[in-house]
Amino acid sequence: MNNLVILPVLIPFFTGALLILFSKKQRIQKIISSISSFVILAVAIYLAVYVYQNGITVLEVGDWPAPFGIVLVADMFANIMVILSAIVGVVCLFFTFQTISPKREKYYFYPFYFFLLTGVNGAFLTGDLFNLFVFFEVMLIASYVLIVHGGTKYQLRESFKYVIINVFSSMLFLVAVAYIYSITGTLNMAHLSERVAELEQAGALNVVAVLFFIVFAIKGALFPLYFWLPRSYYGPPAAIAALFGGLLTKVGVYAIIRTFTLIFYHDAGFTHKGIITAIAGFTMLLGVLGAVSQFNFKRILSYHIISQVGYMVMGLGVYTTLAVAGAIYYIVHHIIVKSALFLFAGATEKITGTNDLKQMGGLLKTHPYLAWMFFITALSLAGIPPLSGFFSKFPIILSSFQEEQYVIGGVALLVGLLTLLSMMKIFSYVFWGKQKHTEEQAKYPAGKLLLPIVPLVALTIILGLAAEPIFSYSLMAAEQIMDPTHYIDSVLKE
Amino acid sequence: METIIIILAGVLVSVATYLVLSKNLIRVILGTSIFSHAAHLLIMTMGGLKEGSSPLLGEEAATYTDALPQALILTAIVISFGVTSFFLVIAYRAYQETNTDNLDILRGIKDE
Repeated sequence: MNNLVILPVLIPFFTGALLILFSKKQRIQKIISSISSFVILAVAIYLAVYVYQNGITVLEVGDWPAPFGIVLVADMFANIMVILSAIVGVVCLFFTFQTISPKREKYYFYPFYFFLLTGVNGAFLTGDLFNLFVFFEVMLIASYVLIVHGGTKYQLRESFKYVIINVFSSMLFLVAVAYIYSITGTLNMAHLSERVAELEQAGALNVVAVLFFIVFAIKGALFPLYFWLPRSYYGPPAAIAALFGGLLTKVGVYAIIRTFTLIFYHDAGFTHKGIITAIAGFTMLLGVLGAVSQFNFKRILSYHIISQVGYMVMGLGVYTTLAVAGAIYYIVHHIIVKSALFLFAGATEKITGTNDLKQMGGLLKTHPYLAWMFFITALSLAGIPPLSGFFSKFPIILSSFQEEQYVIGGVALLVGLLTLLSMMKIFSYVFWGKQKHTEEQAKYPAGKLLLPIVPLVALTIILGLAAEPIFSYSLMAAEQIMDPTHYIDSVLKE
Repeated sequence: METIIIILAGVLVSVATYLVLSKNLIRVILGTSIFSHAAHLLIMTMGGLKEGSSPLLGEEAATYTDALPQALILTAIVISFGVTSFFLVIAYRAYQETNTDNLDILRGIKDE
């Protein structure tokens, strides 16, 4: 029982509500939102320290005991995710200050930004399947608004499709919730875990498990349900694309890892090693092939999201403690690096006015800091040591070979190579070659644009050079989620 | 009674699928809205339809009806109402900007 757990949900919610009142006063909005984003980060870190010292922390809302009331649960895995969403929240907010047009600012941009964070943090912390649905909806409704915000022709056209897909998957989510409620008679995740264990996850429960997997696969952009992602992430401004690219699909991945380690883990041979591993392989491969075939900065990055999501799900599919720890580390690495890369795309777009690789060139000479920071991040994405990408891919691929799943391990290695290829394609087209932008654009001061990205680049270097403490933290988190009794005991207090 | 409602939910899902696959913006939105009705009916039926008296203190009945599904669909209905209204606004704005409600034209890519 600790009210601390609900703060990462409440603070952005009240900030968003407060910001609606000041929607026409840009200065006040900026001050309130920047203070609030730092407060969220501080609370998230404090919560992580608290959970590290005291074990899984549970809040029973309104003091209703666990299987009957609503619970919020902060374990180490959820906590890592909350910290990451807070970091990305701060960085994208400051990048927004530099790039957003005043017209967008006046039409409730910041309130929805914080409502999105509310939904994301809620989805990470909830301990109840129906509440997971509600927080998903909070997050999605805010994302509908942000993705269409600005109302250009492209955005309206693409966000219509984005909304259809997500409304459809939400309804499937409800159907899955209905089925599992009729089988087990509960929606509390810890209680579900117990009941499913009693029923030994046979027959109908396997169907429900796969239904949940499909729902979260749509949100997390897994094969073959990723087609909506590249085109809809292309529309909104860079700061929003970075926030979405970093966080939204990872909420789907988080939900997959949570449900398939806590509830549906009894038939691992069928669900984990069969379905999830196969899907992960296709997701990685087709995502990266999409990236290789594109010549548009933002689209390449969007396809890379898909292929990277494959790695995380592969970590779950291999299903050893080491692999799951690798998947958690991969999520940490990916959220940081992917947000940074989208912000680089935004910065180059701000300077050159285009996203097309073939119309860019020679930025290395005019904007060297931008170029080298991008280079570091790109290498990190491809998994070159000693950056964070290496230490996140290594344990996953290592344990896939230890488990004698050579095919998926081989696919993962190949995808790493293709990732490097397409990142180097961006580098050579955008930064090398003849200068294609005007002298006026060459004088554009990039310092202010780069400042918010610096912490992310620093983090990927730190995550690489000081991988030991962070990896052992994710190993502890993985041990915690691989043994559901910890979770069940702290929620149901038996 | 449960069987009839479940068949009704199935019919609604098939109607919704037909509408979602059509090429008209408004039909697609109506399709998602009907799909949500089907999901709500399903949740209600899965909890069991009225079996005993209402779950209140002092009723002293032998059996009580499960009240949780009602609470769940109430939440879900509110959410789907909000989303549908927002969805209609997006469709209207898309129609204003592009002067068409045909999804084939709204596709935006020539090949593929």
